[in-house]
Amino acid sequence: MVATAIAFVVGAAGLAAWGLQLHSGMGVTGLQRPVFWGIYIVDFVFWIGISHAGTLISAILRLTGASWRKPVTRAAEAITVFALMIGGMFPIIHLGRAWRFYWLLPYPNSRLLWPNFRSPLLWDLTAIVTYVTGSVIYLYLPLIPDVAQLGEHNTPWRQKLYRLLSLGWTGSDREWHALERAMKLMACIILAVAVSVHTVVAWDFAMAIAPMWHSTIFGPYFVTGAIFSGIAALVLVMAILRQVLHLQVYLTKHHFDRLAKLLLLMSLLWCYFTLAENLTVWYGNDPKEMAVFGARTRAHYAPYFWSMMFLNFVVPFVLLGIRRLRTIATAAVASVAVLIGMWLERFIIVVPTLANPRLPAPSGFYTPTWVEAAITAATFAAMAMLYMIFAKLFPIIAVWEFKPHPQEED
Amino acid sequence: MEHRWGMAIDLDRCTGCEACVVACHAENNLPVSTPDQAARGRTAHWIRIDRYFEGEFPDIKVRYMPVLCQQCDEAPCEPVCPTYATYHNPEGLNVQVYNRCVGTFYCANNCPYTVRYFNWFAPEWPEPLALQHNPDVAVRPAGVMEKCSFCIQRVKRAKQDAAAEQRALADGEVQPACVQSCPAGAMVFGDLNDPASRVSRLANEGRATRLLEELGTRPKVFYLQKG
Repeated sequence: MVATAIAFVVGAAGLAAWGLQLHSGMGVTGLQRPVFWGIYIVDFVFWIGISHAGTLISAILRLTGASWRKPVTRAAEAITVFALMIGGMFPIIHLGRAWRFYWLLPYPNSRLLWPNFRSPLLWDLTAIVTYVTGSVIYLYLPLIPDVAQLGEHNTPWRQKLYRLLSLGWTGSDREWHALERAMKLMACIILAVAVSVHTVVAWDFAMAIAPMWHSTIFGPYFVTGAIFSGIAALVLVMAILRQVLHLQVYLTKHHFDRLAKLLLLMSLLWCYFTLAENLTVWYGNDPKEMAVFGARTRAHYAPYFWSMMFLNFVVPFVLLGIRRLRTIATAAVASVAVLIGMWLERFIIVVPTLANPRLPAPSGFYTPTWVEAAITAATFAAMAMLYMIFAKLFPIIAVWEFKPHPQEED
Repeated sequence: MEHRWGMAIDLDRCTGCEACVVACHAENNLPVSTPDQAARGRTAHWIRIDRYFEGEFPDIKVRYMPVLCQQCDEAPCEPVCPTYATYHNPEGLNVQVYNRCVGTFYCANNCPYTVRYFNWFAPEWPEPLALQHNPDVAVRPAGVMEKCSFCIQRVKRAKQDAAAEQRALADGEVQPACVQSCPAGAMVFGDLNDPASRVSRLANEGRATRLLEELGTRPKVFYLQKG
């Protein structure tokens, strides 16, 4: 009850802040010349990163036939869908004229203009729309047998909803075969789409010629970071679900142990990429890039950079690397650290580069205002809200995967 | 293409007086920032004077450099705009179509010269400046990007006048506001397609360099200074 009320108030405050921004102009944010991209873009990359929790993890585990995945997949796939819905809002919130966002869509219009497909923003739009569509299908397919069962005995309106969603599922052999094939196919497709989406998000930066953005490493670096933060989000959500919905029997220490090891692996991989990115710049010693490097590691943004290193590397390495310390509680703590650390990582990528442009005269600093903070907070509230509604309406663990179904009986 | 507009700026003549900045404001209906907004980096000057300091105080020398849109032939701002709000016109100008702009800020991020300016709020002018708007230039709404246009309204006016009198444009007939107002005569505007024009001759003499030339943006603004 209290959680719902807080989520509602925070969400309403965020909407009010956005209303003010639409009414007054982008001047209510902390953006300024030369820092034209601020924490809206940070939030965008962060949420798209979180969305890699579900699809990627569940698809990899489904394809490799890891049987321990069963109680994890639905929770993960739901994170993907909601994180994408929220992440996809940010490019619109960030627009100077948000009410014109649909001008980026290709449709016959009075301006007689096709959108510019040379722009990475158009690639981004295409990739994200594809990813949302794919991950909704990917979440929905394994839901069908469950909603069919829920539709059998229930309150009238719920029965109606579930029957509608079950698409007339009867549970025949033919239907099970079709479902299995469809899920396998979607797992393959969604893997490719997920990798491409975060690569394209990285290219929004890498295609620009700004110092320390114009880098070939950004595609794989962003994908790694996305999976890293995605696993952290999944561990945290699972720990909360386990407590709130009393799922101790299903979500065991065993599951958290496996996911914690995966998180540790991604932490090491992320650290390797960060080293590769920064070491090459430092050794190359190009003055324009060194201005950004200096701002990141030694000057104005150093506290962000070193907190990021501590939260993303030291904390998971100690808590999850030492076997005696690796418990459900420490996995949740490490996940919170990684989520904060990965948000900072995106800040470190977006802001110092823009604050130190090639000509020295227009350089500047950026501090977000309360409007940006309120909208950011509201998206976390929205995530909690959407997830709660989903968990109320649908089983958060795939029920049919725990029951023998006809195929397994023969 | 019939014309290829370019500019030469003699840095050895520039005194940093900022007359060009003021003239540009008046000609192009640039909004006037409040001191508070200016302190937050929200000013809009399509041309600005960058200062470079040589030596240590008190033995110091200041160099001035007027920086405006470089009207690049290979403009990094153009391909990144999703709505074609910034595009290359047939005379090689890098044009901003305010009505198409949705405000993604991408062009400004990809401009190595940081010469693009955003309308953070609806534009405002203290009295009586609101009474002296130029009717040939659109007033931009909140939420769109803008930048130097090489005074395209003056280019168009001069071409129309020449066409009405059935003659060719003369060299020096088109003058952007900044060029017209420069008391030191440091700025020259003209057609780079005409090898005899003043700007072409200055661009081809040994003193000419271009800003951040190494990026391959091929700017059409040439800076002149002794070797």
